[in-house]
Amino acid sequence: MKMRTLGLAILAIGLLGSTVVRAEVTLLNVSYDPTRELYADINKAFAADWKAKTGEAITIRSSHGGSGAQARAVIDGLEADVVTLALQPDIDAIAERAHLLPTDWQSRLPNHSVPYTSTILFVVRKGNPKGIHDWGDLLKPGVQVITPNPKTSGGARWNYLAAWGYALKQPGGTPEKAKAFVRDLFSHVPILDSGARGATITFARRNQGDVLLAWEDDANLAVRELGEGKLEIVAPSMSIQAEPVVALVDQVVAKHGTAKEAAAYLQYLYSPAAQEIDAKHFLRPTDKAVMARYAGQFPTITTFTVDEVFGSWKKVQAEQFGDGGVFDQIYQPVK
Amino acid sequence: MSRANAQRRAARRGVLPGFGLTFGITTTYLTLIVLIPIAGLVLRAAGLGPLGVWQVISAPRALAAFRVSFVIAALATLANMPIGLLLAWTMVRYRFPGRRMLDALVDLPLALPTSVAGVALTALYVDDGWLGGPLAALGLKIAFTPLGIWVALLFVGLPYVVRTVQPVLMELDRRTEEAALTLGARPGQVFARVVLPPLLPALLAGAGLAFARAVGEYGSVIFIAGNRPGVSEIVPLLIVGKLEQYDYAAAAALGATMLLAALLILLALSAVQSRAVRLWMRTVAA
Repeated sequence: MKMRTLGLAILAIGLLGSTVVRAEVTLLNVSYDPTRELYADINKAFAADWKAKTGEAITIRSSHGGSGAQARAVIDGLEADVVTLALQPDIDAIAERAHLLPTDWQSRLPNHSVPYTSTILFVVRKGNPKGIHDWGDLLKPGVQVITPNPKTSGGARWNYLAAWGYALKQPGGTPEKAKAFVRDLFSHVPILDSGARGATITFARRNQGDVLLAWEDDANLAVRELGEGKLEIVAPSMSIQAEPVVALVDQVVAKHGTAKEAAAYLQYLYSPAAQEIDAKHFLRPTDKAVMARYAGQFPTITTFTVDEVFGSWKKVQAEQFGDGGVFDQIYQPVK
Repeated sequence: MSRANAQRRAARRGVLPGFGLTFGITTTYLTLIVLIPIAGLVLRAAGLGPLGVWQVISAPRALAAFRVSFVIAALATLANMPIGLLLAWTMVRYRFPGRRMLDALVDLPLALPTSVAGVALTALYVDDGWLGGPLAALGLKIAFTPLGIWVALLFVGLPYVVRTVQPVLMELDRRTEEAALTLGARPGQVFARVVLPPLLPALLAGAGLAFARAVGEYGSVIFIAGNRPGVSEIVPLLIVGKLEQYDYAAAAALGATMLLAALLILLALSAVQSRAVRLWMRTVAA
């Protein structure tokens, strides 16, 4: 008899528990690879903030992978409430191919939907034995450069464009000279990994090459986790402003009934609290006050954006990385 | 008389009844699991039109990748055939401590996630790795060269050769070999004319499996290859590159071409397989 009462009580608690779970909102944030740790922290902070403001519990799940592969997963039906990807063209693809959000998505959030930025830096061996200080040094004889393949890696496209922009902005720089510079640069690349993480491992763990081109946050991670005392970071005089973008996926939130929560989550990314978390993960906050507080950990670099140098991502994508584009021309099969 | 008839009927119809049912299940299952996905692939590629497909697969970079993929897979398979046969022979014909352990090791490449294998092999064969160091001193670079791809494909292909040859080898009657020896055959002749012929079909079948696996291999190769276009870039990587540009049709065109080429090679191999023994005996006799 007692056992039965106990059993019923357990059943009741179980049922209660399951209804509570069902009432709790869950959001899926589909993101790119190196933001794993960043969003683990932000998700926790947002859930606490949301609970304090509304009294409602919320769970954010994150999915991570190569930016392009993640975009394709969303196009093919992965139900992301929000996407936070490495490249604007990846979210454009979701808007244009699957019509899950309007094509003017970038104008819906502050700062063109860019909550944090990054830039491309160099990682070199301890003591900088090859004396690498700026982009021009990468072309010195005997210097080997590690960067992933821009055709398979979103991160590598930023590296490529940073080099191009540097060459173009030199006195007397022309597109022809920039192309020659990048061609020369890629003749110093002995290994083309398929993704940014792979390139970092090739450089830090396999000891290949003299300099790694990497995102600022990945470079810091590599030095901290893989090569404390063995690697150091070099900031070139000039680099590109890498702009990861975020967006609400309208069709999915309409289906899930999560529009309010998803919008609040994206707004939260711009809050001082979230911007602090960005800085801790070596992403440059767009909030000026937070950036000022963390200025010490971000070297001063003249940066240029894709739009300034190349017009637009659409143009870059077609001209540089499309089939038969500039990258294909400069990296033809070696005879 | 009637018993003989019944036996003959049983032999014709097989042990399990219901040819209709089993055949139905076979075709349905194969259609669902194999044929429909492949049809989808071909359909995606067809969107380009014949000229479009030709442009994709005849681009210099694609041609180079096809050459890398198929030539290195073939070379790895050729190397795996004698080594696989030797391994199977050792494990079937001899009893020694640790034999079961060795036997289990052969299956390891099947169980290991291929990217793990790729990372491990790369760590081993880089210039300052355990094997890469001494080899580099000899002037042999393996990691980040086509040779690295070959090593990775040796690794993934080996179990297929060993596992197809092994059961046939176990069934071989050793008395035939003894008879050949007593009749005055030299050991080399016994191997070539008595042992190898019944093993040949299995060896070729194993080679076919190993080759098919090697051609499509992605995970382990991309870590060790260096992935330089025209030198060490494999077709599967080129396909990933196309997908990264949302060029699904071109990716499908490359994939379908690869599939077609592999299918033709496997068909040719199975055609040879049935004639291999006769062909081999004629060669040995000559």
